[in-house]
Amino acid sequence: MLKIQDLKVEIEGKEIIKGLNLEIKKGEVHAIMGPNGAGKSTLSAVIAGRDEYEVTGGTIEFDGKDIMDLAPEERAHAGVFLSFQYPVEIPGVSVTNFIKTAINESRKAKGLEAMEAKDLLKLMREKQQLLEMDKAFMSRSINEGFSGGEKKRNEIFQMAMLDPKLAILDETDSGLDIDALRIVANGVNKLKSEDNAVMVITHYQRLLDHIVPDFVHVLFDGKIVKSGDKNLALELEDKGYDWIKQELK
Amino acid sequence: MNLKDKLINSFEQFTQNTNGSESEDVRTKRAEGMAIFAAQGFPTMKEEEWKYTPLNKSIKRDYHLKSHENTSLRSSDIDPFLCTGIDSYRLVFVNGVFNKSLSNIACQDTFFVTNLKDAYTGESEVFNQYFGKLADTQQSMVALNTAFAQEGAFVYVKAGAVVDKLVQIIYINNDKSEAQLSQVRNLFVVEDRAEVQILERHQSLTEAYAFTNVVTETSVGKEAHFKHFKVQNNLDETTLVDSTFVRQGAKSSTLVDTFAFGGDLTRNNLHFEFSGEHAEANMDAITLLKGDTIVDHHTFVDHAVPNCQSNQLYKGIYDEKSKGVFNGKVMVRKDAQKTNAFQQNNNLLLTDLAAIDTKPQLEIFADDVACSHGCTIGQLDDEALFYMQSRGIPIKEAKAFLMFAFAGDTLKNITIPELKEQLINLVAKKLNVNLELNELDL
Repeated sequence: MLKIQDLKVEIEGKEIIKGLNLEIKKGEVHAIMGPNGAGKSTLSAVIAGRDEYEVTGGTIEFDGKDIMDLAPEERAHAGVFLSFQYPVEIPGVSVTNFIKTAINESRKAKGLEAMEAKDLLKLMREKQQLLEMDKAFMSRSINEGFSGGEKKRNEIFQMAMLDPKLAILDETDSGLDIDALRIVANGVNKLKSEDNAVMVITHYQRLLDHIVPDFVHVLFDGKIVKSGDKNLALELEDKGYDWIKQELK
Repeated sequence: MNLKDKLINSFEQFTQNTNGSESEDVRTKRAEGMAIFAAQGFPTMKEEEWKYTPLNKSIKRDYHLKSHENTSLRSSDIDPFLCTGIDSYRLVFVNGVFNKSLSNIACQDTFFVTNLKDAYTGESEVFNQYFGKLADTQQSMVALNTAFAQEGAFVYVKAGAVVDKLVQIIYINNDKSEAQLSQVRNLFVVEDRAEVQILERHQSLTEAYAFTNVVTETSVGKEAHFKHFKVQNNLDETTLVDSTFVRQGAKSSTLVDTFAFGGDLTRNNLHFEFSGEHAEANMDAITLLKGDTIVDHHTFVDHAVPNCQSNQLYKGIYDEKSKGVFNGKVMVRKDAQKTNAFQQNNNLLLTDLAAIDTKPQLEIFADDVACSHGCTIGQLDDEALFYMQSRGIPIKEAKAFLMFAFAGDTLKNITIPELKEQLINLVAKKLNVNLELNELDL
């Protein structure tokens, strides 16, 4: 589904990603771990199409097609979803309106009619329940004054509504208490299927207790330096990153 | 001959023509107005109050001074500019002249909606009581208007009466051959406990230049409620100078909501004062400009009595080479304790060439008051745009969405659903938004 080959990315002349390879097939859950500054968030932003980053080499293919020249919205229409580490507040735009517009723009891109209001409401109610969200939440301005947990739940709610092929969760666990973490992880697991894939970016094992990865990759200094199964995450939790740095020397 | 001299010269002829039909009082006011205008002339950028707004280009043109009505207009020509979803009283002026056949006046026991000319030629007591008493007659544009204005809207609501329909006033310019200078005048008298809502629109239908100088005097009685929506949706070939003066009594509430959508030059002078305590004045405005246009909002809220509240919310989105001015003056005099005065001016500049000059001016002489002002100038948030794009919303729609959200809270005080829908659609059209706006929660 996602195939990244020898990806190199710069921002303001500084190389952040230095030749990264990663392949994610449908049905898989991949965890990307690594110390601060390793390039984890850059990777997620580049896949989603953020144009502040300059791709200086390599390719990103999604469903067999090169997506490097696609605008972020076109990548979204193709099925890429990025859950932000810091979701943006947009005063004056309600959650309902935002999600309605997002869904209908995606449908439009696929040549489909706008979704009927009643179908949309039904779908929204269903996904709200999945994420244990209050109905009043829907009429609030998006992310404005939301607690950390509410913001992340709102991200996963949008993911549930948009039903992407590839969901990239960028530190979705940061700022969450134990209960919120359980709700968010539960939401992700319910949405998981044989046909979609998840890429989880995290510092901590605790999210991976709930969203169990098939593969764990260690991103260090712009490259994936080690890959393994879920046990690698446990090992990292236990020993930190220093032993990997030692191995690299 | 320059425009000032042309106006001074034409005044003699004007007074000869009108002498028979106008009262001594009106004639005196006209003469005083002309004297002030003759002494001061048109405002220039050397004056502090007009520092950012160049009227010189507008007055260089050769204007036709005598209004001539164009009767070929049908109601279908003006319907697109009116709120048509509801019953309303209508006053239609074409090239500065009242058009009775397109209008729907009200002459009831408890309220009047009619042409101002009928009021002053009818020796109306109310007219004599208020005309020229609320406006600052020392301002040259007001003085000029007082010298010549004959036509305009007269809305008089007697104590306790509620006008059952929206009052729509539309000033159409349709003179295709010549540049037109119009002096129009509104007088709104809303007595104690009375209520009325008014929509005033200035619209040019032609490419010949139109310069409109409008003065509005509004008196709002005790416990009365008054809302005035102004849609300044002119074509590029227009100058509009609007001077509005509101005096309101105890426990009354007012709203002046301005939609400034361009024109070559638009200047709004909005002046509020309170004659009784516990009154509330609201000023909302949205300015959406592009091209080489300028809109200047000057507000002055004079708190001279205690316990009153004023709220100003001015928002502007400036594209291309357009320019905005906001000068918000709030005076809290010594006796005006417990005043709440709030002022907010938020601006989005979409290009490097767009500009805004914004100046809050608070003068506070009382010591127990709550006053605040805030001003922001920014661009569309890239972070927010990427966030929306990443959810599948194309960049153009994302921008429109953000702009609409930015402007949205200036629409919150519109309570008539049909009017709200019309004004939302107007804003949306200006912003090129293709969203299903009726369902947007504003």
